[in-house]
Amino acid sequence: MNLAGYIFKRILQTIPLLFMVSIISFFLIRLAPVDPLAELKLNPSITQETLNYEVQRLGLDKPVIVQYGLWLKSFVKGDLGYCTTGEKVSDKLLERIPNTLLLTGFVILFTWLVGIPLGIVAALNWRKPVDRILTILSSIGMAIPSFFFALLLLIFAVKTGWFPTGGITSYNYSEMTPLHKVLDVLHHLVLPVVVLFTISLSGLQRQMRGNLLDVLEADYVKFARAKGLSENKVIYKHALRNAVNPMVTLLGFEFASLLSGAALTEYVFQFPGLGRLILEAVMKSDINLVMASLMIGTVMLVLGNLLADILLKIVDPRVEVA
Amino acid sequence: MANLPEFNDIADKNIFQSIMQDKFARIAFYILVFLYISVFLASFISPYSKEYSNRNKAYAPPSKIYIINEKGRLCAPYTYNYIRSFDKETYDTKYTEDRAHKYKVKYFAKGGKYKLFGIIPCQRHFYDVEKGGELYLLGTDINGRDNFSRLLYGGQISLTIGFLALLVSFPLGMIYGGISGYFGGKTDFIMMRIAEAIMSIPSFYLLIILAAILPANMTSVQRFALIVVILALIGWAGFSRVVRGMVLSIKKREFVTASEAMGASAFRTIVFHILPQTLSYVIVAMTLSVPSYILSESGLSFLGLGIQQPDASWGNMLKEAQEFANIISRPWLLTPGFLIFVAVLAFNVIGDTIRDAVDPNSRER
Repeated sequence: MNLAGYIFKRILQTIPLLFMVSIISFFLIRLAPVDPLAELKLNPSITQETLNYEVQRLGLDKPVIVQYGLWLKSFVKGDLGYCTTGEKVSDKLLERIPNTLLLTGFVILFTWLVGIPLGIVAALNWRKPVDRILTILSSIGMAIPSFFFALLLLIFAVKTGWFPTGGITSYNYSEMTPLHKVLDVLHHLVLPVVVLFTISLSGLQRQMRGNLLDVLEADYVKFARAKGLSENKVIYKHALRNAVNPMVTLLGFEFASLLSGAALTEYVFQFPGLGRLILEAVMKSDINLVMASLMIGTVMLVLGNLLADILLKIVDPRVEVA
Repeated sequence: MANLPEFNDIADKNIFQSIMQDKFARIAFYILVFLYISVFLASFISPYSKEYSNRNKAYAPPSKIYIINEKGRLCAPYTYNYIRSFDKETYDTKYTEDRAHKYKVKYFAKGGKYKLFGIIPCQRHFYDVEKGGELYLLGTDINGRDNFSRLLYGGQISLTIGFLALLVSFPLGMIYGGISGYFGGKTDFIMMRIAEAIMSIPSFYLLIILAAILPANMTSVQRFALIVVILALIGWAGFSRVVRGMVLSIKKREFVTASEAMGASAFRTIVFHILPQTLSYVIVAMTLSVPSYILSESGLSFLGLGIQQPDASWGNMLKEAQEFANIISRPWLLTPGFLIFVAVLAFNVIGDTIRDAVDPNSRER
């Protein structure tokens, strides 16, 4: 099967999936004993027109099934309604999504740059001290609660004053030159990235190690050795290439767990990402915002998996659609 | 349950032996035993009750215990009370030791009444101070409650909630996967698509939303039970897929055909004949998922969506450490985080060892 056909088939598969997720989340949130407009009504700056518009858009005077249909229709059209603060939900999401993508992008980049080599080192030194130490370190990395680690780094930031303690930009951001703006954002990203990097590094390192160990046992590696190839050639030319393939699938999983794991870290660092948005929305019972960010989170997760699968197909053309 | 002996075999001999043979796993095992015994005996070990609160001693630092007196001689351990003073210029509350009065630390002394294990009425505490004295080993929190006592009581919740959630999520996942795999065809297709849909929702988002829709006016027991159920609702889907895969191959075996031929109902065949075959996998998967439940609960409580005050859990104790001012000048508030870390680490190390023992092909370690 060619690449385009594969991609097309995979995209077709995700549509019923998203549909089902929307049903589940819609009814889950409708279970809540909260009037979806209660907060909106309390806000004096919201006009009666906006309220009427929301009642119409959500079909609150109609049965639940119809409500779901209406919601789906306006969601597909990109109309997500208003937050309790009166802003448009879609504007708010568009403001937050790039931040979360930036954060997760950096984390994935660094975990791969560090995790893959460390996994290789551990596998090549199997059961030797280096491997043992890396295993212990990765156990420690996996066991630190993200919010606790974030708190510790926050103390560090406050005590040393080396890093900003929250947000993504400084107060004088608008006056900065473009170069300074980039540096400022990067400066704010350091601590959240360090937390998420530490947490997700361990899993990746272990997976790479396991994969390479498995591959080193395979017949074609034995054959390559038997041919009398140098050990370097055996490892880097034959074993490694096959060990990296399954890692590509892991990319999708990593993205998914980062999306979830980032929420607590974003919360502690006051980082304006999607995770903190949904947290705030949940606490304020801002139904529109909760529903929309839940769906967007899911869409991002599904797209992440899709991209990983497509990437895998490019790296390893033997893969077929399940 | 003809397969129980086989499962006991794995559970008792191999797994336990391999834990004991591995140096790290053995240490981890002892640490866990120590933690569980401590929280189990919380009411005996801690000098104060869960409800105790001294409003005049909010954020008191840990009491210092002296074993050398002013004359430089070794003596029985004693401590001083703290006096709170308020600096009108800096608006700081300061605690200084009241050197006028010494209070001896007493062991196995009579203190506040409690019920050991919830049944045996008892009055002895492992340690206490002389009357009038206050002994806060790890300082106090905003309400003047003893941090050390609350750590032990909080551990009762934090360390057991994961296991309770497992007792809900694993049977759910097994039965769901069992039905899906056994019936196959359309049932299987629909059930698995639903499971996939649940897996596609970022789990932490689902977790906080479920926790947020809980009604506010609940007793702490109800809340605890519902948090357990919510934790269980996360993660059963992925597990049920694996069980389904195993059931697909098990259902072709002769004993399943035999059970069907004898007229056993589908439910009976699934529960008594097919699912027991998956038990060894289930046990391992359960051990491996304990730490993630502990982390989920603490995260949820940290956000204020899980266990609520006045109940203690390690997560909600850390909630107070969210403010800079608190963590900088009151580092003792961070102790619950270290305990979560230690417990999760110990579970992970043991989990790795068990995985190795059960699946000799896996070379994760």
